[in-house]
Amino acid sequence: MLLLYLTSALFLGWSLGANDAANVFGTAVATRMVKFGTAALISGIFVVLGAVVSGAGASATLGELGAVNALGGSFMVALAAGLTVLWMTRAGLPVSVTQAIVGGIVGWNLFTGSQTDAGSLATIVSTWVACPILAAALAGLMFVGLRWFLARREVHILERDSLTRIGLLLVGAFGAYALGANNIANVVGVFVPAVPAGSVRLLGAVSFSHAQILFLIGGLAIAAGVYTYSKRVMMTVGKDLFRLTPVAGLIVVAAHSIVLFLFASEGLRDWLVSRRLPAIPLVPVSSSQAVIGAIVGIAIAKGGRNIKLGVLGRVAGGWVATPVAAGLLSFFGLFFLQNVFTLTVQQPIPYEITKPARARLVAQGASEEALSPLVGQRFANARAFKAAVRRAEGLGDADVRLFLDAAEIRRYVIDPAKIPRLDLDLLTPGQVAAIRSLTWRTYTHRWQLRDALVAASDHWAFLPDTRRNYAHNKNLETKLRYVQAAFRVYEIGPGQ
Amino acid sequence: MAHLFAKTRLLEAKIDEYLDHTSEVGLLFVEAVKDYLEHRHDEFESRRRHVTELERHADDLRKGIERQLYAETLIPESRGDVLGILEHTDTVINAVKMTLMRMSAERPQIPEGLARDYVELADYGCRAVQELVAGIRGFFRGAASVSDCVHKVAFWEKEADKIVERLRRDIFQADFDLSRKMHLGEFVMRIGMVSDAAEEVSDRLAISAIKRSI
Repeated sequence: MLLLYLTSALFLGWSLGANDAANVFGTAVATRMVKFGTAALISGIFVVLGAVVSGAGASATLGELGAVNALGGSFMVALAAGLTVLWMTRAGLPVSVTQAIVGGIVGWNLFTGSQTDAGSLATIVSTWVACPILAAALAGLMFVGLRWFLARREVHILERDSLTRIGLLLVGAFGAYALGANNIANVVGVFVPAVPAGSVRLLGAVSFSHAQILFLIGGLAIAAGVYTYSKRVMMTVGKDLFRLTPVAGLIVVAAHSIVLFLFASEGLRDWLVSRRLPAIPLVPVSSSQAVIGAIVGIAIAKGGRNIKLGVLGRVAGGWVATPVAAGLLSFFGLFFLQNVFTLTVQQPIPYEITKPARARLVAQGASEEALSPLVGQRFANARAFKAAVRRAEGLGDADVRLFLDAAEIRRYVIDPAKIPRLDLDLLTPGQVAAIRSLTWRTYTHRWQLRDALVAASDHWAFLPDTRRNYAHNKNLETKLRYVQAAFRVYEIGPGQ
Repeated sequence: MAHLFAKTRLLEAKIDEYLDHTSEVGLLFVEAVKDYLEHRHDEFESRRRHVTELERHADDLRKGIERQLYAETLIPESRGDVLGILEHTDTVINAVKMTLMRMSAERPQIPEGLARDYVELADYGCRAVQELVAGIRGFFRGAASVSDCVHKVAFWEKEADKIVERLRRDIFQADFDLSRKMHLGEFVMRIGMVSDAAEEVSDRLAISAIKRSI
């Protein structure tokens, strides 16, 4: 059943491979600097590597935007995004798979009444502006720098040719890796919350989480797109859309790859934070936006005479239309799936201010009297609960986010049968012992399980929220999410 | 790294050798014309044969370079320009070879009074060729000096044109048979063609150099 639902993700992955690999190797192949076979092989290998090794960061941000928690829903979100991408490609606009998937998720949130995390949405949308600007700045600087260098070094045309070829291959491999790492979230990210936690050991040595296996499947779909369809798109990108010299093409791909990598690298984010520098959000960004930004950067560095503002306007218009179209398609598609095909498109997440939730909210400063009328009431979804909180007198401008966190109902049972299946590469023995000490306990809220673990052992203790402790806390948060997913129980199983 | 560029270096060496030959042909040209005018026929013939050999070798080199550029799909963006430059440079070498060959075969009777002008004309052709070779070398290395060389080629070509005009006037105003006038005039044109051919290549070179920018 999962595989059937995954077909939409595979379709989306295929179209991403066909379109975005063209961004990476388009200039190289179209200018005959790199053979298509070589380009396809390198893209295929490095896209899969990037997806499996570094795909988690951007996926997590996409998960925060809205956790599409039923396979039917994930299917429709991916399908809506895939169809929008196909439509935009046929309209001759460089597509943004990211924008399509984000539109699809927001469509799901609207349809199911789930919370759209405003912070995550703002982060993602702001990168849509930041990504092309950053790529333009990087490409412009690299262009000026390289021109200065070449003017002084007087490199022979044949040596420059060889160096450019090697550069195109290296940067292309890096670009494909960054594309896999950053954009795998678009392809299978919406399926991550819907697959069970846990891991699989390969040949008894290497351990893969289910999410990583999902990333592998998505990566392979992207690679298939590269092999089967990207040649035509590469020729279009490399010749028709813009005509660059191989060296300028190299700069475009380098700038594109660096930008994609910046928005996907967990290591770099942690390094920046630990040095008290502003962190880069891990967000799936559009490779098409990065490429177009980089081209504009080079055009500006060359004097800005050849920028076709009309074309640029059309492309930017496509960037606005993509998320809107995908959102609408997702919303109406979900309506059909649910009401015509009677498929489950969401696992309902109810909200209730239970007694422990009330105690928590009071401890956080909410008025006990004002809360009383809400206690014990069950709300079908975040939208209904938020409306009730806003209506309740005496709560004033209460922080709705706090209420949502406290009242969200998720059931967990510490089933001892699941403990031996936990990933021991991820959890320390002390952390597993803490889990074992909670055997057969049940929890109704996410925060309850967290508090119980923290109380059970120092191995689950979060440190004060300072920059120095950032990596420790983030690491613990990841482990906590893993444990929560492992012991979660559904009234109705996922995807049924 | 050295191994990586071994093939490239070999091809670079071939191009350099081709340009060396072109430059040498230019230098031999002036010396051969001087030998002819000073009646050192053995030396003249020896230089003429040397030019013929260099032309043949340069031709082989050029064909080899072209084949390698195509076979290994090297410099796909600038290949057309590079081949155009190399092929047109061949016309410069050919112009020298043909002029010397016809001098050897037809033995024009050049009057003593005009000899200096003939040598000067050959010398300007040679200078144009030397500047052209420097410009082509600069083009391959992306040097800023290309436009300087192109300018100098044009300068020597104009100077040569002035001598061609002066010589033809002198010849046709002199008291020679018309057949001799035609013969001498023909050789003036032939020697002048060397700088013309050099200028034609340098015009291409100027455009190619602009296109070579990143």
